[in-house]
Amino acid sequence: MGIISRGFGGRRRESLPGLPPGQYLTHDFPVLSAGPTPRIPLDKWKFTITTETGEKHSWDWKEFTALPSEEFTVDIHCVTKWSKLGTTWKGVSLDTLFEDVESAADYTMAHSYGGYTTNVPLDDLLEGKAWLVYEFDGEPLHPEHGGPVRLIVPHLYFWKSAKWVNGLEMLNDDEPGFWEAGGYHMYGDPWREQRYQGD
Amino acid sequence: MIKRITWRAATVTAVRWETKTARTLVLDVPGWSGHLPGQHVDIRLTADDGYVAQRSYSIASAWSPSSPSVELTIQRLDDGEVSPYLTDVVEVGDKIEVRGAIGNWFVWRDTQTAPVLLIAGGSGVVPLMAMIRARGRQPFRLIYSVRTPEDAAYAEELRHRVRENPGLDVHFVYTRKAPEGAGAPKRIDVATINSHGWPPDFEPDCYVCGPTGFVETAADILVALGHAPTRVRTERFGGA
Amino acid sequence: MELDGNALGGDLSTVFATDVTDAVFVCAGCKHSGVVATLRVWEPAPGLVGRCPNCTDVIVRLVRTPTRVFLTLTGASRLEIPVEQP
Repeated sequence: MGIISRGFGGRRRESLPGLPPGQYLTHDFPVLSAGPTPRIPLDKWKFTITTETGEKHSWDWKEFTALPSEEFTVDIHCVTKWSKLGTTWKGVSLDTLFEDVESAADYTMAHSYGGYTTNVPLDDLLEGKAWLVYEFDGEPLHPEHGGPVRLIVPHLYFWKSAKWVNGLEMLNDDEPGFWEAGGYHMYGDPWREQRYQGD
Repeated sequence: MIKRITWRAATVTAVRWETKTARTLVLDVPGWSGHLPGQHVDIRLTADDGYVAQRSYSIASAWSPSSPSVELTIQRLDDGEVSPYLTDVVEVGDKIEVRGAIGNWFVWRDTQTAPVLLIAGGSGVVPLMAMIRARGRQPFRLIYSVRTPEDAAYAEELRHRVRENPGLDVHFVYTRKAPEGAGAPKRIDVATINSHGWPPDFEPDCYVCGPTGFVETAADILVALGHAPTRVRTERFGGA
Repeated sequence: MELDGNALGGDLSTVFATDVTDAVFVCAGCKHSGVVATLRVWEPAPGLVGRCPNCTDVIVRLVRTPTRVFLTLTGASRLEIPVEQP
């Protein structure tokens, strides 16, 4: 570890018991970006689940927002060490989207406008554990935060909650997505501090 | 010989304000083997609980064995995590970890004989100032875009150098508020670079540094005016 | 926030024995070639992402951990690195 910088870092962060190991509390909402922010007109937006047999289930904006929605409040944990407590979102449970999907595959790859990908086991998306959201704090989701629609998988590190999501691909075998191929953990459980490969 | 770049504990030996929001830190770096104008350093700050933040800052000073210190000019970004610490908290005597000097591309070497055109947007002037300070007899022109006259760093030194050193010209572009007699505020445009740069026939080496949008605009204009893209070197930084 | 490949120099110096901001990359996608300093770089992110200035495909990903650096170069079909003359 390096030398301690006198007076640095006390202002913006607090540690709190009850947070996952190595995390700090933040009250603002940091924007992390790995590329230009895609701007997707709602009339062009589409979300598709593709099964391992190639069967497709798609929703356009109108169909998607007509699905039953939920408002829910969760804590989110970013691998860059900030956690934000009590964030409120509105969107559609993945259980709803998978209702008519027949698949024997155990893994999924989330795909996004702009080319981002991240892998999530199917079990981690179902039974009330994940949503596709289109509102944050009562407002339409801003493009910087992944709007019009992002995935929220709050029990995993936040890079798994793909911004600008436009599809889920069912896979028989687990494959690494964008950051997983770049050195991050395949699963990413904040409570077990699975940040990097080998953690 | 391979010189490994490693983290070193630098000591702040002096500080001075360049504008109301930009401060220069003068660093004594043990074992520093020199730097070229245009190069930068990485700075690493570690909080007492182990939290680490790392950023890059351009070097403002020219290096020579007789002036071995490293000067950084830091523009405070109010919502930043690192810059307000460096402008408002750090004091003489504090230690900061630095790594460098970094970069062999966005540099000017005194073996280059061509005229030089420097185009700075805001605090993008910092690495270009290092080039001006290292300049020998090569003709240099600086076009320096600032919001208001108060935002111009090194203003006094630039005036002095223009007066004392033949072959250096400086032209300011004011985007928000211009001093009296300088015309209305405007953004850098073709006319500015055409009038205050060098003709492409002179084959100048061009260096552009500033926020992304500024750099794109200036570099596009240079190429459109006929400057060879290989002679236009750019460095972009976030935040204005 | 958008930076450029100049900002990769420090971290890449922990991997390469020489400065690579003036190394030449060839984009595996569009075949554009340029110096590493001209890559478009985004941060903050879980790592540094360098994209082709021509087609915005990802050329390089660099992930820094307390003990390791992960460098993923799948977007570059070639990297040409100048070496110092003996």
